[in-house]
Formats: sequence, structure tokens, C-alpha cells
Amino acid sequence: MAHTAHTVKRYTGIMDWLTTVDHKKIGILYLLAGGLFFGIGGIEAILIRIQLIKPLNDLVSEQAFNELITMHGTTMIFLGVMPIIFALMNAIVPLQIGARDVAFPFLNSLGFWTFLFGGLLLNLSWIVGDVPDAGWTSYVPLADTTYSPHHGVDFYTIGLQISGLGTLLGGINFLVTIINMRAPGMTYMRMPMFTWAAFITSALILFAFPAITVGLILLMFDRLFSGNFFNVALGGNPVLWQHIFWIFGHPEVYILILPAFGIISDVLSTFARKRLFGYSSMVFATILIGFLGFMVWAHHMFTVGLGPVANALFSIATMLIAVPTGIKIFNWIFTLWGGSIKFTAANLYAIGFIPTFVMGGVTGVMLASAPANFQFHDTYFVVAHFHYVIVGGLVLGLFSGLHFWWPKMFGRTLYEGLGKATFWMFFIGFQLTFFVQHFLGLIGMPRRVATYLPNQGFDTMNMISTVGAIMMGIGTLMFLWNIFITSRQPKNAANDPWEDGRTLEWTIPSPPPEYNFKQTPLVRGYDAWWKEKMDGNKEMTPAEPLGSIHMPSPTILPFFMSVGLFIAGFGFMYGRDPFDNAILGFLFNNYIVSIIGLGITFGCMFLRSVYDDPGYHIEVEELEDKGGRA
Amino acid sequence: MMKRWQFSKRLLPLLAGLVLLLSACGREDLSTLNPQGSIAQSQFDLMKLSIGIMTGVVVIVFGLSVYVLVRYRRKPGDKSIPKQVEGSHKLEIIWTVIPIILLIILAVPTLKYVFAFAEDYSKDENAVKVKVTAHQYWWEFEYPEYKIRTAQDLVIPFGKKIAVELSTKDVLHSFWIPSLAGKMDTNRIDSLDKGNKNKMYFDAPEENVYRGKCAELCGPSHAYMDFKVKSVNQETFNAWVKEMQAPAKPFTGDAAVAEVFKQSCLSCHAVENEPKTAPNLKGIGSREAVAGILLNRERASESLDQAKIEDHLRKWIKETDDIKPGNKMGVIKLEDNEIDQIVDYLANYKLDSLEQINNGIPNVEE
Repeated sequence: MAHTAHTVKRYTGIMDWLTTVDHKKIGILYLLAGGLFFGIGGIEAILIRIQLIKPLNDLVSEQAFNELITMHGTTMIFLGVMPIIFALMNAIVPLQIGARDVAFPFLNSLGFWTFLFGGLLLNLSWIVGDVPDAGWTSYVPLADTTYSPHHGVDFYTIGLQISGLGTLLGGINFLVTIINMRAPGMTYMRMPMFTWAAFITSALILFAFPAITVGLILLMFDRLFSGNFFNVALGGNPVLWQHIFWIFGHPEVYILILPAFGIISDVLSTFARKRLFGYSSMVFATILIGFLGFMVWAHHMFTVGLGPVANALFSIATMLIAVPTGIKIFNWIFTLWGGSIKFTAANLYAIGFIPTFVMGGVTGVMLASAPANFQFHDTYFVVAHFHYVIVGGLVLGLFSGLHFWWPKMFGRTLYEGLGKATFWMFFIGFQLTFFVQHFLGLIGMPRRVATYLPNQGFDTMNMISTVGAIMMGIGTLMFLWNIFITSRQPKNAANDPWEDGRTLEWTIPSPPPEYNFKQTPLVRGYDAWWKEKMDGNKEMTPAEPLGSIHMPSPTILPFFMSVGLFIAGFGFMYGRDPFDNAILGFLFNNYIVSIIGLGITFGCMFLRSVYDDPGYHIEVEELEDKGGRA
Repeated sequence: MMKRWQFSKRLLPLLAGLVLLLSACGREDLSTLNPQGSIAQSQFDLMKLSIGIMTGVVVIVFGLSVYVLVRYRRKPGDKSIPKQVEGSHKLEIIWTVIPIILLIILAVPTLKYVFAFAEDYSKDENAVKVKVTAHQYWWEFEYPEYKIRTAQDLVIPFGKKIAVELSTKDVLHSFWIPSLAGKMDTNRIDSLDKGNKNKMYFDAPEENVYRGKCAELCGPSHAYMDFKVKSVNQETFNAWVKEMQAPAKPFTGDAAVAEVFKQSCLSCHAVENEPKTAPNLKGIGSREAVAGILLNRERASESLDQAKIEDHLRKWIKETDDIKPGNKMGVIKLEDNEIDQIVDYLANYKLDSLEQINNGIPNVEE
């Protein structure tokens, strides 16, 4: 290293990962942690399906089954797919807008660690033995202490509050980043679709997550501090929980699917070598979906008895969402129309997404019709519908994005042949698993049943479904194997490994140096990099002279702040439990554990406030020393 | 050609599903695709309409996708740059307006049925009123007009509107008879009888036994919270009401066991019509199932199997926690001879009015 004038220590090894505030490394951390939880949720899914392979199976007990479905849903949504979305947003969005990092690198790190410790707390329930068992929706009164007396649901309320904090921080961070950190010339209407999707998703997070946080706090008070928010006998109302949950829960599905829309848009246009068809209507449709997403929550509650007027209004509002979604579907097809389509693994996932997502979309419209919903609601039809949207939509989108941006994130391209084989295994497995579930629901199988009687016509379709689930499991293992063998290859991905890259991330090395852009690029149009290529340029025109780059310092504080919340969570959970051990009893029953935990968190916040952190500079000599590659 | 084959592979599960759909719409007494009551029929009509529209959408999207993917795939070594199209206002207007039209076609009957299904028959003189109360994990049916109360088997006269009022004593449940009517949640009612008490109505067209299920996660035994709807003709129904109003059949065993039965069973259960915390036992020997889940016959065309009734009662008394984990009964400590006599009494506590339907309904489709 030619230059050593850093005011801050740069760490290596494990400390580097614990202290990093670099959005690219945080993206990788999100991917690792999200992948871990995705694996746990996947194992839970396979166990559920094996339990249901035949009537009256007794692989797991009824209680364990309810724990599995609760943890499968909660883990997959909050700890599996959302972090992987954040992984891609972190890894790619700053690059797509020509930024050197996110707006608040410290918050970014804090968001990751709170998510991770919240998720670990939730999953520790398996080790403690008190597992949440009231469904991922945790409807009261089933989730209150009368009907779920063990600590399971406490792990749910506290774990999700801590991890939800991380999500909210991440959402705010991306909003500010996209508003403030765009390179010169990168106007809103020149932003790549994935960035647009990340922007709208972040806005949805900003409005939706406070709702679930309030709900979780109310439920926590009911459970831990004898609150009565949902206690009918004392004037509380269980339907209130359902409203709060779904005011969050419905936007949540758009928080999940919009990034997939963004990924698909970028992947399809790249591999069709064609500009995204109807870009401005795509942007408008995304905004409209985000807006309407807040207007339809009660369609999850048609059978609650809100009355015909509410049911009618929410039916119509829900159907309206089909219009902007339809616009997107046709825009994608017409992006491919007239293009030059290359069937890479990433593109196969993106193409597979279209019909599968359409299936999920049309069943969504069917569900929107309240009178028919009385039959569909809480049956396997609904299970099929939301898995078509979340797995067939989002997860295929994530696989597509991971194959697409893997070289940018890691400098190595995943094996194409194996990637395509993985796609077919996963895709066929998916269709087998969930297509038949529509019919299971229609012929009378409710969801969340631990088993079913024979002679009801359910047997064959459940068997098919289980076989499909196992194929999806094998597909996931094939993807992991691909990662493993790819990691043993040299890091030799080109700046623009697909050669048809259109956006700014393909103008810099793979993986990018810590400062991303040696010189901030000047953006001259939509698909900035494509435009330069078409004009015969080999690189972007810089918008600034080469100068020293200001970098944020690494810090361990976010890690400890999250550890503090984790400890405090345990303290609150066991605050009223009797202990055999006098010392433990003293520490927990007087909330000393919680005070210590919160003390760590607030202490770190105090340190962060009083110690000025000016960051450090990477000087011009070092930039030139490193040349083109980091 | 390869791609074409891959696409037909993709369509295989879909075709397999369609075959399944055509070959079996499910059991007549269970499936929403084989509707029996007028409500389920309207819901099925709405489903057919929406499935029809949506199949059209799916076929168009699939067709376009397949065409595009086959027609515009990149040939090896092709370096050409396709024309960069920004969009097309005409096309975009088309695929905005057509979905709106399709949605209006679906929205009109939706609105019609939303209000039709919300009609209140609870004051209608011709309707039979039933108060349904859900418990972990059984169903209580009270007929306030006749001052009778039963559990698990909802007996109704066919051809009449059944006006149902729903609530729960513990967690939320959902009342669902797929082949007769869609579901409705049972909400908690406070001590002043205030709360979100739901109402619904349905009817059945003929003599049959329909399967009902709980559709809201309610604890470990959620899957076992089944019930049956027995629809009988008006005379049978009247006779049944009379029998239910009459005093209970006296215990048939020894005096000592009669006392045990009173102490151990009737502390929670009832054989008369008073409200108790556990299911009413009046005429339990004529019911379709023990505990809702141990079926005494597989289908209404068969006759109730007396050996099964006895076997199931015995099994339930001995292994209640294995059959329905989390239920409130628990295993009651009883001597074998006490169990024998109690099972004998309950299994033979028949209601004559239901004899005909319990002997099997001829000509019922599967």
C-alpha cells in the first residue's frame, strides 16, 4: 500500500466483517444470513410436506406441526426472502445510481445486525423448546397467554420487533440514498427499474413496518405485562389485531414482490438486448401498486364479518391492483418482442417468472371476489395462491437476480449449465408442489391442518405436492453446490460479464473497489451504460476530476447495539418467570438483564454521539496505484 | 425445437392438473366444486365466471410468451442490436382498458352476491334459527326456537333457510360446509353478549349428510374439528325436535356405574338441553362420528356401523389426548366394566327419528 495516511484502522478477517459499513460487504452479510434462514425455513417446509404426504401420518405431533407452519412462514418472510432482497439492494442499488455508498453506512450496518440478532432470537425458540405456534399471523386469542401459555409467541413478538427495526432502518436508508446520492444526470426517470423498485419498496417499508411494530408491542404488553388490548372480557378486541396485522401484512407482500419486478425488468431487457418496453408506464405501475397496496388489507378478512359494504369496497379495490400488474406483465412480454433473447440461467428464471406470476395474479383476482372468497379463504387454494406469488414470483426473481449479479458481487460467474439444470429442477418442483394445491383447497381441504382423513380425495394430490417440494429442496441444494464450486474458481469476471449490460453497475470492476466509482460518472440518459456503448464509448464520462475519496470508518458499535437489544429481549421475556436458581431469578425478575441489555445499546448510542467520526480519505495516489482493479 | 419441448414440459403439470379437475370435482358432500346448497351454487357460479375470465388471460399470456420466446431467441453468434423501442401508447392503452373491462364483468356479480349473502334471515319466520358456538375443538348447535341443544351433528330440514348466528367460547374458529356455503368466522362475544356476532344463512336441497370443517387455526387439534350437517325432510326434523325435547333416556347400567357416569361425565356433558362446557350427549348413538373425527360411516349411502360407534366411544374415553391433543376432556380414570357400561349406554342412545337416514341414503352420488 503506497499510502498509509489513514486516520482509522482498517480491519481484516472476521473483524472486517463485524465492523464493515461497506454496502457491498453488508450485502454479502445479508445474503449469508438470509440464505441461512432460507435454509431453515426450507427444512421446515419439507417437514411439513412429508407430514402431509399421506393421510393420518404421524411424523410430527400436531403441536410440532403448528410450530413448523408458524416458523416456516415467519422465517421465510421476515428472515429469508426480505434479507436476500436487502442483499441485492445493498449490493446493486448504490452501483446503479453511481453512488459510492448508501447515505447512512452506519445505519446500514446497524440494520443488518439488528435483523440478524432478531432472527437469531426468534430461531433460538427451537433450542429453548418454546416455539411460536399461533401461525405467522399470530391471531389472538390463540396467541395470548391463555391459549399459548409458553414463551413461543414471546419469541415471535420480541424477535420480530428487533429484526423489524433493522428492516425499517434499511428502508429509510435506501429512500435517502436514492433521493440524495444519484450521480449527476441520473434523474428519477433515468433510474434503472430495480432501483425504482427498491425505492418504492423502501417507501412501503417506511409506512408498513410501524404498523406491525405497534401491533407487536400491543401483543407483547398483553402477554408479558398483563395488558388487555385484545382481551374481550375487559373491552379489548381481537379483530383489532387482525386489522393491524394486515395493514402491515398486505403492503408486505408488495414489499416482497416489487424488488422481484425490478430484477425481472433489468434481467429481461439485458438478455433481450432491448430497452425496457414502456419504461414510464412501468414506473407509474410500480408506484400505483405500492399505493393501492395500502388500500386493500381487509381482503384478508372477508370472513371476519366486517359487513357487506366493507367487503364490497375491499373487493373492488383489490381487483384494481390487477390493472397496473397487467401493464407490467405485457410490458415484459413486449420487451422480449423483437429482441434477441439469450437463455442464460438468470434469464430462464426471469422468463419462468412471467407465467408463474400470472398464475398467482389471476388467482389473486379470484380471491378478491368476496362472495367466492368465502369458499377460498383459509384453504389450500390460498396456500397455492400466495406461494405462486412469493415463490413463483419473488423467489424465482431472487434466483434470477443472484445469477445475474453474482459476478458483480463476487467477481465469479456461477456455472451456467448447472444453473439451468437447477432452474428446471426448482421450477418443475415448484409447479408440482403448488399447482395441485389450488384443487385441494377447492375440494375442501383447509390450510394449516396437521393431517387429514383418508377417502376425501386429498391423498394423491398431497403426494404429488410433497414430491414437488422435495424437488425444490434438491434444486436449492444444487444452487448451493453451484456457489461452492464457483467459489473455487479464479475471480476473473469482466466489468460487463454478460456483455449486454445496460446500467452503471456494469461499468466498474467485478467486484467493485470499496469506493465503487473512482470518478463519479456522468449519466446522459436512461440505460446509461448502454447509451455510452451505442455511442462507441469504452467507459463512462466522469463527472468530476480524480480526487481523494472520503470513506466512512468501520465500527463495531452496531454489532454491540444489536447484542444489547438481543439481551434485553431475553430479559423482558423471562421477567416474570419463576427460577430455581436464586441468582438467575434475581437478575431476571428485577429486569436487571433487560437493563444491562438496554444499557449496552444506549451506551453504544452515547459513544456514537459523543465521539466524532470524521471517516478517512483514500488519496489519489492510492487510487492510481490500484489501477483498474481493486 | 428444444425450447418448444421445454415449454411443453412446463405445461405438463398444468395439463395434469386439468385432468385431475375433469376427472374429480371432489366428494359431493365436501367439495366447493360440487355444490349442493343454493349459496354454494352461487359461489360456484362466481368461481366459474372468474376461472373462465382468468383462464382466458392465462392462455393469452402463455401464448404470447411462447411465441416471443420461440420467435425471438438469439441465434448463436448473433451480434445484431435489436431496435430499441420505447413503448407504444396504443398497446399500453389496450392492455389497461381490457383488464378494466374484464374486472367490471367480475365486479358486478361480486357486488350482487356480497349483498345477497349478507341478507339477515334471523327474523324470518320460515327460517330455522341455529346458534353455533365453537369450542376448542367441537361445535355446539343450539336451536333457540325449540329450546334444544346438540353437538357435532347439525340436523336441519332441507329446502328451508337455516339462519345461523356464530360465536366462539375460546379462540377464533371458522364455520365451513364446503358443499353448502362458504365460511364465516366465529368471534368472541363478551359477558354482556356484545361483540362481533356473525350471521349467515344457507340451505340444503335434499336428504344427505354434508361434511363441515373448522377453517381457522385454533390449536393443535384444528385438523380434527370436523362436524356434519344432516339434512332431513320436514317430518323427520319435527320428530327429531320432539325427541330432543323429551326427557333423556335413563342410564342403562348398574346403579353404581350410573353414579360414576353422573359424577365423571355429566359434570361437564349433558344429556338434557342445558348448556354445559362439553358436547351434549343426547342421542350420541345416532351421530355420524365420535368426537367429530372418528367416523361411524365413510359415506351417507352406507349405514352407521354399530361396532364402530362402540369402538370409537371406547377409544375416545381411553385415548382422548392422542385423538385430539389439547382437548379439555383429558383421560378420565374409569374401571373397564364402568367403561363397558357407559359405552353401551351411549352407543345405544339412539334417536328413532334419525333411524332412516342413519340406515343409509340410497341414490346418493359419491
